[in-house]
Amino acid sequence: MSWLEVSGVDVHYGRIQALRGLSFGVDQGEIVSLLGNNGAGKSTTLNMLSGILRPTAGTVTWQGEDLAKVPPHDLVARGIVQVPEGRRIFSTMKVEENLLLGGYRVSNTKLIAQRIDMVYDMMPRLKERRNQEGGTLSGGEQQMLAIGRALISEPQLLLLDEPSMGLAPLMVREVMNIINQVNATGTTVLIVEQNAKAALRIANRAYVLETGSVTLSGPASELAKDPRVVEAYLGTD
Amino acid sequence: MTQVLIDGLFLGCVYALIALGYSMVYGIIKLLNFAHGDIFMFGAMIAFTMLTAVPGLQSAGIVAVFGVLILSMFLTGGTGVLIEAVAYKPLRSAPRLSLLITAVGMSFVLEYGVKQFWGSKSITWPQWAQMGAGSIPIFDGTITISRLVLMAVSIALMVGLGFYINGTRQGRAMRAIALDQRASTLMGVDVNRTISLVFFIGSALAGAAGVMFGMYYGAIGFMMGFLLGLKAFTAAVIGGIGNMYGAMLGGLTLGLIERTTVYFCNGDDSWKDVVSFGLLILFLTLRPTGILGDRVVERM
Repeated sequence: MSWLEVSGVDVHYGRIQALRGLSFGVDQGEIVSLLGNNGAGKSTTLNMLSGILRPTAGTVTWQGEDLAKVPPHDLVARGIVQVPEGRRIFSTMKVEENLLLGGYRVSNTKLIAQRIDMVYDMMPRLKERRNQEGGTLSGGEQQMLAIGRALISEPQLLLLDEPSMGLAPLMVREVMNIINQVNATGTTVLIVEQNAKAALRIANRAYVLETGSVTLSGPASELAKDPRVVEAYLGTD
Repeated sequence: MTQVLIDGLFLGCVYALIALGYSMVYGIIKLLNFAHGDIFMFGAMIAFTMLTAVPGLQSAGIVAVFGVLILSMFLTGGTGVLIEAVAYKPLRSAPRLSLLITAVGMSFVLEYGVKQFWGSKSITWPQWAQMGAGSIPIFDGTITISRLVLMAVSIALMVGLGFYINGTRQGRAMRAIALDQRASTLMGVDVNRTISLVFFIGSALAGAAGVMFGMYYGAIGFMMGFLLGLKAFTAAVIGGIGNMYGAMLGGLTLGLIERTTVYFCNGDDSWKDVVSFGLLILFLTLRPTGILGDRVVERM
Protein backbone atom coordinates (compact mmCIF):
# COMPACT_ATOMS: atom_id res chain seq x y z
CA MET A 1 0.00 0.00 0.00
CA SER A 2 1.22 3.48 -0.86
CA TRP A 3 1.79 6.30 1.58
CA LEU A 4 -1.32 7.98 0.21
CA GLU A 5 -3.68 5.44 -1.28
CA VAL A 6 -6.77 6.40 -3.23
CA SER A 7 -8.86 3.43 -4.20
CA GLY A 8 -12.08 3.17 -6.14
CA VAL A 9 -13.21 6.71 -5.32
CA ASP A 10 -16.41 8.19 -6.73
CA VAL A 11 -17.28 11.86 -6.24
CA HIS A 12 -20.57 13.42 -7.25
CA TYR A 13 -21.64 17.04 -7.63
CA GLY A 14 -25.35 16.52 -7.12
CA ARG A 15 -26.24 14.09 -9.90
CA ILE A 16 -23.14 14.73 -11.94
CA GLN A 17 -20.37 12.24 -11.37
CA ALA A 18 -16.91 13.81 -11.40
CA LEU A 19 -14.76 10.88 -10.31
CA ARG A 20 -15.39 7.27 -11.33
CA GLY A 21 -13.55 4.60 -9.41
CA LEU A 22 -10.41 6.69 -9.23
CA SER A 23 -7.38 4.80 -7.91
CA PHE A 24 -3.81 5.92 -7.54
CA GLY A 25 -1.06 6.15 -4.98
CA VAL A 26 1.68 8.53 -3.88
CA ASP A 27 4.82 7.42 -2.06
CA GLN A 28 6.88 9.40 0.39
CA GLY A 29 9.33 11.80 -1.21
CA GLU A 30 7.89 11.70 -4.71
CA ILE A 31 6.62 14.35 -7.04
CA VAL A 32 3.54 12.89 -8.67
CA SER A 33 1.61 14.69 -11.36
CA LEU A 34 -2.01 14.36 -12.40
CA LEU A 35 -2.51 15.33 -16.02
CA GLY A 36 -5.69 15.79 -17.96
CA ASN A 37 -7.95 18.19 -19.76
CA ASN A 38 -10.56 20.49 -18.29
CA GLY A 39 -13.22 18.48 -16.54
CA ALA A 40 -11.12 15.34 -16.22
CA GLY A 41 -11.46 15.53 -12.44
CA LYS A 42 -8.04 16.86 -11.44
CA SER A 43 -9.18 19.65 -9.13
CA THR A 44 -11.99 17.46 -7.84
CA THR A 45 -9.36 14.93 -6.83
CA LEU A 46 -7.39 17.50 -4.84
CA ASN A 47 -10.49 18.92 -3.19
CA MET A 48 -11.51 15.40 -2.28
CA LEU A 49 -8.09 14.82 -0.71
CA SER A 50 -8.48 18.11 1.21
CA GLY A 51 -11.82 16.93 2.57
CA ILE A 52 -13.85 19.67 0.89
CA LEU A 53 -15.58 17.08 -1.29
CA ARG A 54 -16.47 13.70 0.15
CA PRO A 55 -16.25 10.45 -1.78
CA THR A 56 -19.58 8.75 -2.41
CA ALA A 57 -17.70 5.47 -2.77
CA GLY A 58 -14.16 4.20 -2.24
CA THR A 59 -11.53 5.03 0.34
CA VAL A 60 -8.62 7.36 0.90
CA THR A 61 -5.91 6.09 3.21
CA TRP A 62 -3.12 8.32 4.49
CA GLN A 63 -0.27 6.64 6.33
CA GLY A 64 -2.65 3.82 7.17
CA GLU A 65 -5.49 6.06 8.42
CA ASP A 66 -8.85 6.20 6.69
CA LEU A 67 -9.59 9.87 5.99
CA ALA A 68 -13.34 9.48 5.50
CA LYS A 69 -14.29 11.19 8.76
CA VAL A 70 -11.48 13.71 9.15
CA PRO A 71 -12.83 17.27 8.78
CA PRO A 72 -11.00 19.43 6.21
CA HIS A 73 -9.39 21.77 8.73
CA ASP A 74 -7.85 18.83 10.59
CA LEU A 75 -6.17 17.48 7.46
CA VAL A 76 -3.74 20.40 7.72
CA ALA A 77 -2.69 19.17 11.15
CA ARG A 78 -2.17 15.71 9.62
CA GLY A 79 0.24 17.16 7.09
CA ILE A 80 -1.91 17.41 3.97
CA VAL A 81 -2.04 20.98 2.68
CA GLN A 82 -3.43 22.29 -0.57
CA VAL A 83 -2.34 25.28 -2.63
CA PRO A 84 -5.65 25.98 -4.36
CA GLU A 85 -6.33 26.78 -7.97
CA GLY A 86 -6.26 30.52 -8.58
CA ARG A 87 -3.96 30.98 -5.53
CA ARG A 88 -6.73 32.32 -3.29
CA ILE A 89 -4.38 34.41 -1.21
CA PHE A 90 -5.97 36.82 1.27
CA SER A 91 -5.84 39.86 -0.94
CA THR A 92 -6.24 42.67 1.59
CA MET A 93 -3.99 41.09 4.17
CA LYS A 94 -0.28 41.76 4.16
CA VAL A 95 2.11 39.22 2.70
CA GLU A 96 3.40 38.44 6.16
CA GLU A 97 -0.12 38.03 7.54
CA ASN A 98 -0.87 35.57 4.76
CA LEU A 99 2.16 33.57 5.83
CA LEU A 100 1.17 33.79 9.50
CA LEU A 101 -2.23 32.43 8.60
CA GLY A 102 -0.52 29.48 6.97
CA GLY A 103 0.80 28.72 10.45
CA TYR A 104 -2.67 28.76 11.98
CA ARG A 105 -2.36 25.17 13.17
CA VAL A 106 1.18 25.59 14.46
CA SER A 107 1.09 26.55 18.13
CA ASN A 108 4.81 27.28 18.50
CA THR A 109 5.26 30.89 17.38
CA LYS A 110 9.04 30.54 17.23
CA LEU A 111 8.63 27.71 14.76
CA ILE A 112 6.32 29.86 12.65
CA ALA A 113 8.87 32.69 12.60
CA GLN A 114 11.61 30.24 11.60
CA ARG A 115 9.57 28.83 8.75
CA ILE A 116 8.60 32.29 7.53
CA ASP A 117 12.31 33.12 7.37
CA MET A 118 12.88 29.89 5.46
CA VAL A 119 10.19 30.89 2.95
CA TYR A 120 11.75 34.35 2.62
CA ASP A 121 15.11 32.71 1.92
CA MET A 122 13.58 30.56 -0.77
CA MET A 123 11.55 33.43 -2.27
CA PRO A 124 13.33 36.74 -1.58
CA ARG A 125 10.69 38.71 -3.51
CA LEU A 126 8.18 37.90 -0.79
CA LYS A 127 10.53 39.31 1.81
CA GLU A 128 10.84 42.56 -0.14
CA ARG A 129 7.07 42.81 -0.21
CA ARG A 130 6.32 41.50 3.25
CA ASN A 131 4.37 44.60 4.27
CA GLN A 132 2.44 44.93 1.03
CA GLU A 133 -1.11 43.67 0.66
CA GLY A 134 -1.23 40.28 -1.03
CA GLY A 135 -3.50 41.57 -3.78
CA THR A 136 -0.88 44.05 -4.98
CA LEU A 137 1.54 41.27 -5.97
CA SER A 138 1.98 40.04 -9.53
CA GLY A 139 0.50 36.69 -10.52
CA GLY A 140 3.78 34.86 -10.11
CA GLU A 141 4.45 36.44 -6.73
CA GLN A 142 0.95 35.53 -5.61
CA GLN A 143 1.61 31.94 -6.59
CA MET A 144 4.82 32.01 -4.58
CA LEU A 145 2.91 33.47 -1.65
CA ALA A 146 0.29 30.73 -1.93
CA ILE A 147 3.01 28.08 -1.88
CA GLY A 148 4.89 29.84 0.90
CA ARG A 149 1.73 30.12 2.96
CA ALA A 150 1.16 26.38 2.66
CA LEU A 151 4.75 25.65 3.68
CA ILE A 152 4.45 27.35 7.08
CA SER A 153 2.54 24.36 8.45
CA GLU A 154 5.39 22.15 7.20
CA PRO A 155 3.23 19.82 5.11
CA GLN A 156 4.21 16.23 4.50
CA LEU A 157 2.10 16.15 1.37
CA LEU A 158 1.70 19.34 -0.64
CA LEU A 159 -1.19 19.41 -3.09
CA LEU A 160 -0.71 21.92 -5.89
CA ASP A 161 -3.60 22.86 -8.15
CA GLU A 162 -2.49 24.40 -11.45
CA PRO A 163 0.42 26.43 -10.07
CA SER A 164 1.45 27.54 -13.56
CA MET A 165 -1.95 28.90 -14.53
CA GLY A 166 -1.79 32.36 -16.07
CA LEU A 167 1.95 32.74 -15.61
CA ALA A 168 4.53 33.81 -18.19
CA PRO A 169 6.91 31.01 -19.28
CA LEU A 170 9.82 32.43 -17.30
CA MET A 171 7.69 32.59 -14.17
CA VAL A 172 6.43 29.04 -14.75
CA ARG A 173 10.03 27.91 -14.69
CA GLU A 174 10.69 29.80 -11.49
CA VAL A 175 7.64 28.36 -9.76
CA MET A 176 8.58 24.85 -10.89
CA ASN A 177 12.07 25.39 -9.51
CA ILE A 178 10.59 26.34 -6.18
CA ILE A 179 8.45 23.20 -6.19
CA ASN A 180 11.58 21.16 -6.86
CA GLN A 181 13.33 22.85 -3.95
CA VAL A 182 10.39 22.18 -1.67
CA ASN A 183 10.49 18.54 -2.67
CA ALA A 184 14.22 18.41 -2.03
CA THR A 185 13.62 19.40 1.58
CA GLY A 186 11.53 16.26 2.03
CA THR A 187 8.01 17.34 1.15
CA THR A 188 6.04 14.98 -1.03
CA VAL A 189 4.26 16.76 -3.87
CA LEU A 190 1.10 15.96 -5.79
CA ILE A 191 0.74 18.42 -8.64
CA VAL A 192 -2.23 18.90 -10.95
CA GLU A 193 -1.41 20.62 -14.22
CA GLN A 194 -2.76 21.44 -17.62
CA ASN A 195 0.74 22.47 -18.56
CA ALA A 196 1.82 18.86 -18.98
CA LYS A 197 5.22 19.75 -20.32
CA ALA A 198 6.19 21.70 -17.21
CA ALA A 199 4.69 19.10 -14.89
CA LEU A 200 6.37 16.12 -16.54
CA ARG A 201 9.71 17.90 -16.33
CA ILE A 202 9.69 17.92 -12.52
CA ALA A 203 7.55 14.86 -11.72
CA ASN A 204 8.84 11.36 -10.93
CA ARG A 205 5.61 9.71 -11.91
CA ALA A 206 2.38 10.82 -13.51
CA TYR A 207 -1.20 9.72 -13.98
CA VAL A 208 -3.39 10.75 -16.88
CA LEU A 209 -7.02 11.38 -15.94
CA GLU A 210 -9.94 11.20 -18.33
CA THR A 211 -13.56 11.69 -17.22
CA GLY A 212 -12.79 10.90 -13.63
CA SER A 213 -10.54 7.88 -13.81
CA VAL A 214 -6.94 7.00 -14.58
CA THR A 215 -6.29 5.96 -18.16
CA LEU A 216 -2.50 5.99 -18.23
CA SER A 217 0.24 5.97 -15.63
CA GLY A 218 3.96 5.54 -15.36
CA PRO A 219 7.29 7.25 -14.79
CA ALA A 220 7.18 10.85 -16.02
CA SER A 221 10.09 10.37 -18.41
CA GLU A 222 8.28 7.50 -20.16
CA LEU A 223 4.94 9.26 -20.31
CA ALA A 224 6.65 12.29 -21.85
CA LYS A 225 7.57 10.04 -24.80
CA ASP A 226 4.31 8.11 -24.97
CA PRO A 227 2.71 8.98 -28.32
CA ARG A 228 -0.77 9.15 -26.75
CA VAL A 229 0.41 11.69 -24.21
CA VAL A 230 2.41 13.62 -26.78
CA GLU A 231 -0.56 13.89 -29.07
CA ALA A 232 -3.17 14.76 -26.46
CA TYR A 233 -1.26 16.91 -23.99
CA LEU A 234 2.16 17.95 -25.25
CA GLY A 235 1.55 18.92 -28.85
CA THR A 236 4.11 18.44 -31.60
CA ASP A 237 6.10 21.62 -31.85
CA MET B 1 -22.74 73.00 22.77
CA THR B 2 -20.17 71.09 24.82
CA GLN B 3 -23.06 69.28 26.47
CA VAL B 4 -24.34 68.23 23.05
CA LEU B 5 -20.93 66.81 22.29
CA ILE B 6 -20.74 64.87 25.53
CA ASP B 7 -24.27 63.50 25.16
CA GLY B 8 -23.60 62.63 21.55
CA LEU B 9 -20.39 60.80 22.30
CA PHE B 10 -22.04 58.77 25.03
CA LEU B 11 -24.95 57.77 22.84
CA GLY B 12 -22.41 57.12 20.08
CA CYS B 13 -20.53 54.67 22.29
CA VAL B 14 -23.72 52.67 22.85
CA TYR B 15 -24.44 52.67 19.11
CA ALA B 16 -20.87 51.73 18.31
CA LEU B 17 -20.87 48.73 20.65
CA ILE B 18 -24.00 47.36 19.00
CA ALA B 19 -22.85 48.30 15.50
CA LEU B 20 -19.63 46.34 16.00
CA GLY B 21 -21.52 43.08 16.34
CA TYR B 22 -23.68 43.93 13.33
CA SER B 23 -20.62 44.70 11.30
CA MET B 24 -18.53 41.71 12.38
CA VAL B 25 -21.30 39.27 11.58
CA TYR B 26 -21.92 40.93 8.24
CA GLY B 27 -18.21 40.86 7.51
CA ILE B 28 -17.86 37.16 8.13
CA ILE B 29 -21.07 35.61 6.78
CA LYS B 30 -22.68 38.52 4.89
CA LEU B 31 -25.74 38.39 7.12
CA LEU B 32 -27.57 41.45 8.40
CA ASN B 33 -28.41 39.97 11.77
CA PHE B 34 -31.59 41.82 12.59
CA ALA B 35 -31.87 39.91 15.85
CA HIS B 36 -28.75 41.69 17.04
CA GLY B 37 -30.64 44.64 18.55
CA ASP B 38 -32.71 42.19 20.57
CA ILE B 39 -29.59 40.62 22.00
CA PHE B 40 -28.82 44.11 23.29
CA MET B 41 -32.28 44.20 24.89
CA PHE B 42 -31.85 40.69 26.27
CA GLY B 43 -28.58 41.73 27.90
CA ALA B 44 -30.35 44.54 29.74
CA MET B 45 -33.12 42.17 30.84
CA ILE B 46 -30.92 39.47 32.29
CA ALA B 47 -28.75 42.07 34.01
CA PHE B 48 -31.87 43.60 35.54
CA THR B 49 -32.98 40.19 36.80
CA MET B 50 -29.59 39.45 38.31
CA LEU B 51 -29.46 42.85 40.00
CA THR B 52 -32.87 42.45 41.57
CA ALA B 53 -33.02 38.71 42.21
CA VAL B 54 -29.80 38.27 44.15
CA PRO B 55 -30.30 39.52 47.72
CA GLY B 56 -27.59 41.65 49.27
CA LEU B 57 -26.07 42.56 45.94
CA GLN B 58 -26.71 46.19 46.61
CA SER B 59 -24.14 46.29 49.41
CA ALA B 60 -21.41 45.33 46.96
CA GLY B 61 -22.20 48.48 44.97
CA ILE B 62 -20.14 49.12 41.87
CA VAL B 63 -18.33 45.79 42.14
CA ALA B 64 -21.67 44.02 41.87
CA VAL B 65 -22.65 46.10 38.87
CA PHE B 66 -19.43 45.23 37.06
CA GLY B 67 -19.82 41.58 37.97
CA VAL B 68 -23.33 41.63 36.53
CA LEU B 69 -22.03 43.41 33.42
CA ILE B 70 -19.45 40.71 32.79
CA LEU B 71 -21.84 37.87 33.52
CA SER B 72 -24.43 39.41 31.19
CA MET B 73 -21.82 39.64 28.46
CA PHE B 74 -21.10 35.92 28.79
CA LEU B 75 -24.80 35.07 28.77
CA THR B 76 -25.64 37.20 25.74
CA GLY B 77 -22.52 35.88 24.01
CA GLY B 78 -23.76 32.36 24.61
CA THR B 79 -27.22 33.34 23.37
CA GLY B 80 -25.67 34.65 20.17
CA VAL B 81 -23.79 31.39 19.63
CA LEU B 82 -26.97 29.41 20.26
CA ILE B 83 -28.98 31.51 17.81
CA GLU B 84 -26.32 31.06 15.17
CA ALA B 85 -26.20 27.30 15.71
CA VAL B 86 -29.98 26.86 15.64
CA ALA B 87 -31.14 29.41 13.10
CA TYR B 88 -28.25 30.45 10.85
CA LYS B 89 -25.83 27.55 10.55
CA PRO B 90 -28.34 25.24 8.82
CA LEU B 91 -28.80 27.98 6.22
CA ARG B 92 -25.09 28.59 5.60
CA SER B 93 -25.36 27.72 1.92
CA ALA B 94 -28.94 28.94 1.40
CA PRO B 95 -29.67 32.18 -0.48
CA ARG B 96 -28.86 35.30 1.55
CA LEU B 97 -32.52 36.34 1.56
CA SER B 98 -33.59 33.19 3.44
CA LEU B 99 -31.00 33.99 6.06
CA LEU B 100 -32.21 37.58 6.34
CA ILE B 101 -35.82 36.51 6.80
CA THR B 102 -34.73 34.02 9.46
CA ALA B 103 -32.92 36.83 11.25
CA VAL B 104 -36.07 38.95 11.25
CA GLY B 105 -37.97 35.93 12.61
CA MET B 106 -35.34 35.43 15.28
CA SER B 107 -35.76 39.05 16.26
CA PHE B 108 -39.49 38.52 16.90
CA VAL B 109 -38.79 35.31 18.81
CA LEU B 110 -36.50 37.21 21.15
CA GLU B 111 -38.82 40.21 21.54
CA TYR B 112 -41.96 38.27 22.29
CA GLY B 113 -40.14 35.56 24.21
CA VAL B 114 -38.78 38.22 26.53
CA LYS B 115 -42.23 39.79 26.73
CA GLN B 116 -43.60 36.49 28.06
CA PHE B 117 -41.10 36.42 30.88
CA TRP B 118 -40.51 40.07 31.72
CA GLY B 119 -43.83 41.54 30.63
CA SER B 120 -44.63 44.36 28.26
CA LYS B 121 -44.39 47.23 30.75
CA SER B 122 -41.35 49.45 30.93
CA ILE B 123 -39.03 48.18 33.64
CA THR B 124 -37.29 50.56 36.02
CA TRP B 125 -33.65 49.81 36.65
CA PRO B 126 -32.76 49.54 40.36
CA GLN B 127 -31.93 52.98 41.66
CA TRP B 128 -28.69 51.92 43.34
CA ALA B 129 -27.31 50.48 40.09
CA GLN B 130 -27.99 53.62 38.09
CA MET B 131 -24.78 55.35 39.07
CA GLY B 132 -26.12 58.88 38.93
CA ALA B 133 -23.93 60.59 41.47
CA GLY B 134 -21.16 63.10 40.99
CA SER B 135 -20.40 65.21 37.97
CA ILE B 136 -17.42 67.01 36.55
CA PRO B 137 -17.75 70.32 34.70
CA ILE B 138 -16.11 70.45 31.26
CA PHE B 139 -16.08 73.94 29.70
CA ASP B 140 -19.74 74.94 29.68
CA GLY B 141 -21.13 71.41 30.12
CA THR B 142 -21.00 68.69 32.71
CA ILE B 143 -20.35 64.99 32.56
CA THR B 144 -21.41 62.62 35.29
CA ILE B 145 -18.73 60.30 36.60
CA SER B 146 -20.94 57.32 35.82
CA ARG B 147 -21.14 58.39 32.21
CA LEU B 148 -17.40 58.81 32.09
CA VAL B 149 -16.91 55.32 33.51
CA LEU B 150 -19.33 53.79 31.03
CA MET B 151 -17.65 55.55 28.13
CA ALA B 152 -14.28 54.35 29.36
CA VAL B 153 -15.60 50.79 29.54
CA SER B 154 -16.95 50.91 26.01
CA ILE B 155 -13.77 52.46 24.64
CA ALA B 156 -11.72 49.81 26.44
CA LEU B 157 -13.91 47.10 24.88
CA MET B 158 -13.45 48.59 21.41
CA VAL B 159 -9.69 49.00 21.75
CA GLY B 160 -9.46 45.46 23.09
CA LEU B 161 -11.44 44.18 20.15
CA GLY B 162 -9.18 46.08 17.76
CA PHE B 163 -6.12 44.37 19.20
CA TYR B 164 -7.85 41.02 19.12
CA ILE B 165 -8.90 41.25 15.47
CA ASN B 166 -5.61 42.66 14.21
CA GLY B 167 -3.07 41.11 16.47
CA THR B 168 -4.11 37.59 17.37
CA ARG B 169 -4.22 34.29 15.58
CA GLN B 170 -8.00 33.96 16.00
CA GLY B 171 -8.58 37.53 14.89
CA ARG B 172 -6.51 36.90 11.79
CA ALA B 173 -8.56 33.78 11.07
CA MET B 174 -11.76 35.86 11.33
CA ARG B 175 -10.48 38.34 8.78
CA ALA B 176 -9.34 35.49 6.56
CA ILE B 177 -12.77 33.86 6.61
CA ALA B 178 -14.36 37.18 5.73
CA LEU B 179 -12.13 37.26 2.64
CA ASP B 180 -12.17 33.62 1.55
CA GLN B 181 -13.85 30.87 3.48
CA ARG B 182 -12.50 28.03 1.35
CA ALA B 183 -8.92 29.20 1.51
CA SER B 184 -9.23 29.58 5.29
CA THR B 185 -10.39 25.99 5.60
CA LEU B 186 -7.44 24.89 3.52
CA MET B 187 -5.14 26.66 5.99
CA GLY B 188 -6.62 24.59 8.80
CA VAL B 189 -9.08 27.13 10.19
CA ASP B 190 -12.20 25.58 11.70
CA VAL B 191 -14.68 27.89 9.99
CA ASN B 192 -17.73 26.88 12.03
CA ARG B 193 -15.98 27.42 15.31
CA THR B 194 -14.58 30.76 14.24
CA ILE B 195 -17.99 31.99 13.12
CA SER B 196 -19.41 30.93 16.50
CA LEU B 197 -16.68 32.94 18.15
CA VAL B 198 -17.62 36.02 16.11
CA PHE B 199 -21.22 35.63 17.24
CA PHE B 200 -20.05 35.27 20.82
CA ILE B 201 -17.97 38.44 20.75
CA GLY B 202 -20.53 40.51 18.84
CA SER B 203 -23.37 39.43 21.12
CA ALA B 204 -21.31 39.97 24.26
CA LEU B 205 -20.62 43.55 23.15
CA ALA B 206 -24.31 44.09 22.49
CA GLY B 207 -25.05 42.68 25.94
CA ALA B 208 -22.60 45.13 27.47
CA ALA B 209 -24.32 47.96 25.63
CA GLY B 210 -27.66 46.75 26.99
CA VAL B 211 -26.44 46.83 30.58
CA MET B 212 -24.89 50.26 30.06
CA PHE B 213 -28.14 51.51 28.59
CA GLY B 214 -30.08 50.31 31.62
CA MET B 215 -27.55 51.76 34.01
CA TYR B 216 -27.67 55.11 32.36
CA TYR B 217 -31.23 55.65 31.18
CA GLY B 218 -32.85 53.75 34.04
CA ALA B 219 -35.71 52.22 32.02
CA ILE B 220 -35.77 49.18 29.74
CA GLY B 221 -38.44 47.31 27.79
CA PHE B 222 -38.85 44.32 25.50
CA MET B 223 -39.06 46.46 22.35
CA MET B 224 -36.06 48.67 23.04
CA GLY B 225 -33.78 46.57 20.84
CA PHE B 226 -35.88 47.23 17.77
CA LEU B 227 -35.12 50.91 17.34
CA LEU B 228 -31.64 50.71 18.86
CA GLY B 229 -30.82 47.78 16.55
CA LEU B 230 -31.91 49.77 13.51
CA LYS B 231 -29.86 52.72 14.72
CA ALA B 232 -26.83 50.50 15.14
CA PHE B 233 -27.41 49.13 11.67
CA THR B 234 -27.53 52.72 10.41
CA ALA B 235 -24.30 53.43 12.24
CA ALA B 236 -22.66 50.39 10.65
CA VAL B 237 -23.78 51.49 7.18
CA ILE B 238 -22.59 55.06 7.72
CA GLY B 239 -19.16 53.87 8.81
CA GLY B 240 -18.94 51.15 6.16
CA ILE B 241 -20.55 47.83 7.03
CA GLY B 242 -18.18 44.94 7.51
CA ASN B 243 -15.48 47.30 8.64
CA MET B 244 -14.70 47.31 12.35
CA TYR B 245 -13.40 50.87 12.56
CA GLY B 246 -16.31 51.93 10.39
CA ALA B 247 -18.73 50.65 13.00
CA MET B 248 -17.02 52.66 15.72
CA LEU B 249 -16.80 55.79 13.60
CA GLY B 250 -20.38 55.38 12.36
CA GLY B 251 -21.66 54.91 15.91
CA LEU B 252 -19.98 58.04 17.20
CA THR B 253 -21.03 60.03 14.13
CA LEU B 254 -24.65 59.00 14.47
CA GLY B 255 -24.69 59.74 18.19
CA LEU B 256 -23.31 63.23 17.59
CA ILE B 257 -25.70 63.93 14.73
CA GLU B 258 -28.71 62.88 16.78
CA ARG B 259 -27.82 65.02 19.76
CA THR B 260 -27.03 67.96 17.48
CA THR B 261 -30.43 67.60 15.84
CA VAL B 262 -32.12 67.64 19.22
CA TYR B 263 -30.09 70.74 20.12
CA PHE B 264 -31.16 72.63 17.03
CA CYS B 265 -34.79 71.63 17.59
CA ASN B 266 -34.58 73.30 21.00
CA GLY B 267 -34.66 70.06 22.92
CA ASP B 268 -37.53 68.53 20.97
CA ASP B 269 -36.30 65.02 20.10
CA SER B 270 -39.02 64.03 17.64
CA TRP B 271 -36.90 64.87 14.59
CA LYS B 272 -33.81 62.88 15.49
CA ASP B 273 -35.08 59.54 14.11
CA VAL B 274 -36.18 61.22 10.89
CA VAL B 275 -32.69 62.62 10.46
CA SER B 276 -31.00 59.30 11.34
CA PHE B 277 -32.97 57.17 8.95
CA GLY B 278 -32.90 59.86 6.30
CA LEU B 279 -29.14 59.62 6.60
CA LEU B 280 -29.35 55.85 6.24
CA ILE B 281 -31.25 56.22 2.97
CA LEU B 282 -28.79 58.84 1.74
CA PHE B 283 -25.84 56.60 2.47
CA LEU B 284 -27.45 53.52 0.97
CA THR B 285 -28.17 55.36 -2.27
CA LEU B 286 -25.16 57.66 -2.59
CA ARG B 287 -22.39 55.89 -0.75
CA PRO B 288 -23.32 52.32 0.15
CA THR B 289 -19.73 51.54 1.14
CA GLY B 290 -19.92 54.09 3.98
CA ILE B 291 -17.37 56.63 5.12
CA LEU B 292 -14.45 54.19 5.28
CA GLY B 293 -15.76 52.07 2.44
CA ASP B 294 -13.18 52.60 -0.25
CA ARG B 295 -10.25 53.55 1.93
CA VAL B 296 -10.15 50.43 4.05
CA VAL B 297 -10.99 47.52 1.83
CA GLU B 298 -10.55 44.85 4.43
CA ARG B 299 -13.79 43.52 5.79
CA MET B 300 -14.24 42.49 9.36
